[in-house]
Amino acid sequence: MSKTILKVEDITMQFGGVVAVNNFCMEVHEGEIVALIGPNGAGKTTAFNVITGVYAPTNGAVYFDENMIISNFPQGKMKKMYAGENHGKYTKKVEKTPDQITKLGVARTFQNIRLFKSLTVFENVLIAKHMRSKANVFSATFRMNGKEEKKNREETMKLLEIVGLADLKDEIASSLPYGKQRHLEIARALATEPKLLLLDEPAAGMNPQETDELTAFIKRIKEQFGLTVFMIEHHMDLVMEISDRIYVLDFGKPIASGTPDEIQNNKRVIEAYLGVPEDE
Amino acid sequence: MKKTTKMICTLIAAAAFIALLVFLESNKNKYGMAVTVLQKGFILAVVAVSMNLLNGFTGLFSLGQAGFMALGAYAYAIFTIPVESRGSVYYISGIHPAIENIEFPMVVALIFAGLVAAAFAAVIGFPVLRLKSDYLAIATLGFSEIIRAFIASPQMDQITNGSYGLKSIPAANIYMVIGLCIVCITIMAMLINSSYGRAFKAIREDEIAAEAMGINLLKHKELAFVISSFFAGIGGALLAMFMRSIDSSTFKIALTYDILLIVVIGGMGSITGSVLSALLVTASKEWWLRFFDEPLTIAGVNIPLFRNGFRMVIFSILLMVVVLFYRRGIMGTNEFSWEGLFGLIKSIPKRISSLFRKKEGAAK
Amino acid sequence: MSLSVFFQHCLTGISLGGAYALIAIGYTMVYGILRLINFAHGDIFMVAGYFMIFATATFGWMAGIPIMLICTVLLGVVIEKAAYKPIRTAPRMSVMISAIGVSYLLQNLTTYLFTALPKPFPEIPFLKKIFQIGPVSASLVTFLTPVLTIVLVVILVYITNHTKIGMAMRAVSRDFETSRLMGIKINNVISITFVIGSFLAGVGSLLYFTDRMSVTPFSGSLPGLKCFVAAVIGGIGSVPGAVVGGFVIGICETFLIALGYSTFSDAFTFILLIIMLLFRPTGLFGEKMIDKV
Repeated sequence: MSKTILKVEDITMQFGGVVAVNNFCMEVHEGEIVALIGPNGAGKTTAFNVITGVYAPTNGAVYFDENMIISNFPQGKMKKMYAGENHGKYTKKVEKTPDQITKLGVARTFQNIRLFKSLTVFENVLIAKHMRSKANVFSATFRMNGKEEKKNREETMKLLEIVGLADLKDEIASSLPYGKQRHLEIARALATEPKLLLLDEPAAGMNPQETDELTAFIKRIKEQFGLTVFMIEHHMDLVMEISDRIYVLDFGKPIASGTPDEIQNNKRVIEAYLGVPEDE
Repeated sequence: MKKTTKMICTLIAAAAFIALLVFLESNKNKYGMAVTVLQKGFILAVVAVSMNLLNGFTGLFSLGQAGFMALGAYAYAIFTIPVESRGSVYYISGIHPAIENIEFPMVVALIFAGLVAAAFAAVIGFPVLRLKSDYLAIATLGFSEIIRAFIASPQMDQITNGSYGLKSIPAANIYMVIGLCIVCITIMAMLINSSYGRAFKAIREDEIAAEAMGINLLKHKELAFVISSFFAGIGGALLAMFMRSIDSSTFKIALTYDILLIVVIGGMGSITGSVLSALLVTASKEWWLRFFDEPLTIAGVNIPLFRNGFRMVIFSILLMVVVLFYRRGIMGTNEFSWEGLFGLIKSIPKRISSLFRKKEGAAK
Repeated sequence: MSLSVFFQHCLTGISLGGAYALIAIGYTMVYGILRLINFAHGDIFMVAGYFMIFATATFGWMAGIPIMLICTVLLGVVIEKAAYKPIRTAPRMSVMISAIGVSYLLQNLTTYLFTALPKPFPEIPFLKKIFQIGPVSASLVTFLTPVLTIVLVVILVYITNHTKIGMAMRAVSRDFETSRLMGIKINNVISITFVIGSFLAGVGSLLYFTDRMSVTPFSGSLPGLKCFVAAVIGGIGSVPGAVVGGFVIGICETFLIALGYSTFSDAFTFILLIIMLLFRPTGLFGEKMIDKV
């Protein structure tokens, strides 16, 4: 089996008295496409936000490429309020910020698209190159990094060609049609040169045809860039078609995991989605 | 438009501008007002662009500009007042022996002024920049008032001459002042168009997305803040050089507001807009709208509205009109380009005719 | 500092704090609902001073006070309708700039109309009556300010917690859009917020200027900023917080001046603000908000 690229250990996220994610464990192996599904409000996006460092979890740890990137335990007021499990198992506080995590090779998209709205398509992608630039503010201002800048521009152009946005490069991001905005967000994530790509409901609001195109697109970029993909998605067609494995979250708790076939026949998953018949 | 055509246009414009400066400088007595307005306008343009760098390009609503200008102005003034005239400046409490005999050449003093402001910004930046928009505004405003209070305090008498202010600051000629201003503005423009400038814009657009693109928020905000303060400090120093005497009441919150208004009228996120607006605002305030303050008599009838202070009322109403109805200001987030200018000139006949057509339509 | 001097300063501080508290409430309420630092609030307070001067000159102080209050309330509502309502959906920075613009306009307009020279504030005989309690002596207004502040705040808290309009105000401050969907008339709620805020600013102005005896076009800007700081210290959006903040700043300021640090008394307010923002950005009584990603 290929090596584990992302490992989530006992993550609990508690906001005040509400436990949004409860003791969530999972693994993603290199080269896989893994999906996280669950009814609305199950805590999927919260789990994403913990992995990318936007929220510090209340308890638990996250490893990327075998390095601990996040770890926390209930502190302060939370000590008494904590309602999750594994109290006391974690004693270390490691908190990489979202930008550090991106730099390590984890890129993400957002559920409600977050583009740099008033910048052009080209600039949106070019910004992702800034992180790996060696120029300091002085050399960048006085244009002593011409070579690097040129290379970044070329790479950005190439990327836009790959995702099919090259002819729209000078458009303002917010003027793009919805589907294109989704593509742009993925292109922007790819420009950070990730190993692991996290997609938060990439097909939200898309019609069946667009969803099919997206499915093909994800498969293509996964091969082309040698990516590992971890995504949240509601479109079951898409999930069942491209995922190697699926995790199911309900009320913050992981209730099942396995291959698409296993998940489709899992009783608890069906109950979570359809409810339990009353006469049983 | 071809690149060479644009180049020629730029060269012609630059030559015309230099010719204008030479003309004004050699007829100083006749065009004193134009000389003053041009210098003050350019100095305020430096500060306005520095504020735009924060407010318009990085999306940080900071209201500390006057404070950083004060730091720059005092740092410049203290070390450039000629040693021999210091006795008469600090005639009340005397000058502190540590700085008594230190005198910097102008350019060194200017850079020193910028560095003092930048250093202070670096120190307060780390705590303050964690704050969200309006809290940041009020905290920077607060620091600016604190700086002013310290400068004016009797405990600082031997350094800043307390509330008496500093005078006998050596003057520079118009070429020097305007040349330095243009250099500062150019450097800021180059920064904004560099990869760091793009990162600043990303932060303005969406902090969370910027962070997800690997941009370290605090580092970049701090950078923008320090650089902006550096140039605000230089702007303050240039103002001191221009005014030749300063005191702490020059740098009240009202000064920050004035600069903010310049930025808003020019367009948040446009460098050329800020420069244009700084010149226009300064010219209107100090020169063109002066007549509102003079008593006006038309055909023997004295118009009662025209008296002292009316100019500022008109000016504030103008500002409210811009804020409410032309929120993008003169330039919006666009920059000046020759294509834009020629396009505008070409479109004038069309615009006028469409205006008439509208009126006809309304009449029908 | 002898004990009686100490009490004397305490009393002055509490009185100043009461006036600050009344103004701070206006900031906190507007911020709670519109998320806007109403930079013009301090100037409304200043203009109220002028209203009082002219109303008293024409109608005597007994009719002057209600006239001044009505004019101040009208001014507040007009400002909201003219300068804030048209750009309610604009980015927050634009709205704040509009507020700064209004403040600028009010200052310039009053300078134009009444010149920058201080105008004497009318003396209201019964407010100026000197009382003597042991070694401490003070005019009635000094005693009246804190009492009046507390009474008004109690009424206000009652309104926000137990009336229909109060419920609407709380709902709007939570979620603008949802309250609108629930059938709350947003514009009415905002107008009422400005009515209450300006009314309290009017009362605050009466108490503040009676002690200081003159008004200039710029006498609103610094107290305005200080009261905003008071609102932040108390936790923006919280009425009791604003009151506590007002008293804290009023008392601290009075003692700093008494100890001979008057040049630093304004700076101190801001130092307090910055310390507060760093260690407890939500203020003493504020609630924490989580940004949704």
